[in-house]
Amino acid sequence: MTDLVDRQKLSYIAAQAADARLNVELETEGMTLNIGPQHPATHGTLRIIVRLDGEQVVWADPGAGYMHRGYEKLTEVRTFPQVTTLINRIDWLGSFANEVPFILAAEQLMDIEAPPRAQWIRTILFELSRIANVSLFLGDLGVQLGAITPVFMAFRDREYVLNLIEGATGGRFHPNFDRIGGLKDDLPKGWIDETRQVMKKLRNFCDEIENLLFGNKIFQDRTRGIGVIPPAVALQYGMSGANLRASGIDWDLRRDQRIALAYDKVDFKVWTHPDGDSFARCWIRLQETREATKIVDQLLDGIPSGPVMAKVPRIIKVPAGEAWVSTENPLGEMGYYVVSQGELGPFRVKIRTASFNNISIVPWVLRGVYVPDIITILASLYFILGDIDK
Amino acid sequence: MIAVDLPYWAQSLLRVLGGTVAVLLPAGAIVYLFLFKMMSFMQSRLGPMEAGPYGSMQLFAEVGKWLQKEDIQPENADKKIFKIAPLIVLVSTFLLVAVVPFGPDAYFTDFEAGIFYALAVSSVSVLGILIAGWSSANKYSLLGGLRAAGQLIAYELPMVLAVIGVVIQAGSMNLNQIVVQQNAGSMFGWDGLGNPYLLTQFVGFVVFMIAVQAELTQAPFDMPIAESELVSGYMTEYSGFRFLIFFIAEFATVGVFTLIASVLFLGGWGIPFSWFGWGSLDDVDNWMNIVGPLIMLTKMFALSALVMWVRFSYPRLREDQLQRFAWKVLIPVSVINIMVTAVLKVVF
Amino acid sequence: MAPLSDAPDAPALASDTLRESIVDTLRSRLGDAIVDVKLVPGVDLWVRVRTDAWRDAGLALRDMGFHYFCFLSAIDWMPSPYGRGEDDPTAPPPERKTEIVQGYTGGETRFQVFARLTDLERHVGITIKADVADVVDAADGDHVIDSWVTNYAGANWHERECHEMFGIRFAGHPDLRNMYLPTDFEGHPLRKDFPLLARHVKPWPGIVDVEPLPDEGDDAAAGEGASDD
Repeated sequence: MTDLVDRQKLSYIAAQAADARLNVELETEGMTLNIGPQHPATHGTLRIIVRLDGEQVVWADPGAGYMHRGYEKLTEVRTFPQVTTLINRIDWLGSFANEVPFILAAEQLMDIEAPPRAQWIRTILFELSRIANVSLFLGDLGVQLGAITPVFMAFRDREYVLNLIEGATGGRFHPNFDRIGGLKDDLPKGWIDETRQVMKKLRNFCDEIENLLFGNKIFQDRTRGIGVIPPAVALQYGMSGANLRASGIDWDLRRDQRIALAYDKVDFKVWTHPDGDSFARCWIRLQETREATKIVDQLLDGIPSGPVMAKVPRIIKVPAGEAWVSTENPLGEMGYYVVSQGELGPFRVKIRTASFNNISIVPWVLRGVYVPDIITILASLYFILGDIDK
Repeated sequence: MIAVDLPYWAQSLLRVLGGTVAVLLPAGAIVYLFLFKMMSFMQSRLGPMEAGPYGSMQLFAEVGKWLQKEDIQPENADKKIFKIAPLIVLVSTFLLVAVVPFGPDAYFTDFEAGIFYALAVSSVSVLGILIAGWSSANKYSLLGGLRAAGQLIAYELPMVLAVIGVVIQAGSMNLNQIVVQQNAGSMFGWDGLGNPYLLTQFVGFVVFMIAVQAELTQAPFDMPIAESELVSGYMTEYSGFRFLIFFIAEFATVGVFTLIASVLFLGGWGIPFSWFGWGSLDDVDNWMNIVGPLIMLTKMFALSALVMWVRFSYPRLREDQLQRFAWKVLIPVSVINIMVTAVLKVVF
Repeated sequence: MAPLSDAPDAPALASDTLRESIVDTLRSRLGDAIVDVKLVPGVDLWVRVRTDAWRDAGLALRDMGFHYFCFLSAIDWMPSPYGRGEDDPTAPPPERKTEIVQGYTGGETRFQVFARLTDLERHVGITIKADVADVVDAADGDHVIDSWVTNYAGANWHERECHEMFGIRFAGHPDLRNMYLPTDFEGHPLRKDFPLLARHVKPWPGIVDVEPLPDEGDDAAAGEGASDD
């Protein structure tokens, strides 16, 4: 393994030094505890086997795969347009965001560019799915730590966003709206005004959550300094999204790569935090939700008119080639490596999901923490089981 | 109490019934008002509305539901201990209410060292929780039970120390005497309000309420239950009527502890601003025996609203943080409170 | 780390100096271990290295600044003998191509591992591939290649998934057990000769005769059932 200064481990060892001297005489066996696969704290069926010494974790091993649906195999028997139905369900909270990288990869292979109006609307829906996803995270964060009230506010305000997505696409959770070459349909009448109203409500929601949860001293005690991930380690494991930015690395795929979405037409701030602890990760997501509402407002002001679908043949055959496209999804960096051999469907699709890499760091980060901190760290890393398990 | 000479068995029966009502009525009211309605309104939802008008019969429906469930016991559990544990917790609540005065003559027992007995008996529930966790043959329950043991014992001390300040000021451990001292006394010479220890023992009140929150394993001190980590902590393996006993015990204990807190700090069964110049316990009119319980109920609702409000708002502390809080903050503060009270008592 | 600055709508550069310099540096470090390079200017970069240089290539790239480990996986280039799972179970299976054709940067073997790395300072990514020897290890029937765990700690989980899905053993991996599938699962699902069991248990309903609409006798049969939604 690479040679890194294990800041977190050192601080814990220093704090436990006095205890350790006493415990040598009271030597007791450790206990192996199974957290999951059915557990209130794991967002789905994640199983983590921990070996405890009292309340401290000595060794942790996550076991994923309880929800493995074999997407990569399934894409090989589908046509390109049929794949979007499948991949909607990978990260089911921010579902429109899953379709976009695949569609962009297929468009890159076919050398088609979606018309500007389609690109702008894609970006708006992308940001709306980010808001829907992360607002649930903010509510759920409270529940993991014991505060049962914020989650209701989160669900209440998230309903507005889901209604918007349903109004535009017909589906709250699985829109299946993106098509190679553009979008299925144009926006309904009155949608833009309503979106503006909803963005205001969401900004209020972010303020409420900030007061209720982030300002709370107990919340700060529970999250500051817990689960510190140094930037070098984060890069090694391929952490992405808010987790990476919380370790101080200024990397956001919306700003740092050229892609056929409308991000270069708007101004937004990329939030980073130097600490790399759980508080940083949670705080950054809060700021990003606010930032997403501002992005949506700017986009709404400038949607170009025009068609929403480019000219594509009725039967889509993507020319042979390989393409990799990744985007800044709500959970992190999600990308598709599409290999096509000129058929109706892809030859191989490698789905790179953010949560898979984010959770691969769990064995490293959970050493030496207490049992309640396991929950805090998992909550702050924020994963969706469908994203880990594909 | 009543000007009727009842035979001893009738008096005992009345006491038993009264005790049951005194425990179950606050429990039911607290569950409905605060758990079902106040929590729901705070979370911008309505709460149960179907069972009865505005959902008032919901608790009866739930009791019925739990009673008819199958009695599941884990195979590896220590059966006898598993069955006894919830009863121990409930019994400690009944023992505790035996000493709470509801009026000058409306009490179940009148110990000279009433508060001493109350504090001693409140620790019995710790045993129940600990053995519930241990006998469940479930690692989560074990973790919950161990956390409970550490937490509940740690928070006994601030509770006791906070009460000592009250006892010093009242000059007696008898709960009825404490009530009279609060209502008949005066604060630094001013007679208008009596001497509610809420004001003069404010530090003690805060420490006591925090310790009560921890003794009841309510958030922010609900590590033993820790719903998102331990599923239900020591209660995980309990279902059906055993869980019902834990549930009732939890809310009944909230009620009883807040009754004791209102006796110690809010002036008990006395009406604020109207003590009518009674000098000692024997002077108090008989109608206070009817009004007293109502006053006590009101004060109990006020305090338990506070307890529940904090419960729904705060995340939970990690148990090493809670222990640190008890040992390094609450105990020194309450010891200083005792010293200051003693000094002021002698000086004034 | 400065965001992308210049020329927002510059046309795809005819010469991509950044990526070309990366290729040059890589050649100077690895020499002839680089078998093939495909550079699409302004879009992406693919490099294939020799099998025995797989680990060194990862190390070299890491030292060149590609600190961000995106993913590692494999491709099975054999065409599927089951086609797209739409075979009519009553008819004999149709003739299919069996020739193995690799994609960008070519290849000589059926399996190839590939990894994606990103350089956050220079905003560029690279896809690096390597053939996996066709000769199987007699002991467990796995194809073998070196593990990247010493280069990037995150490769641990990706190699586990690759192993269970393709049967590629990564020499030097500390704990190569199944990621998603149960421990006693037999077979390697993402190989093309591993059938998609759902399509075998129940034939795909799309091939069942669908009655054409009254006026559209020919239209309904055209297009193999593919439409854009």
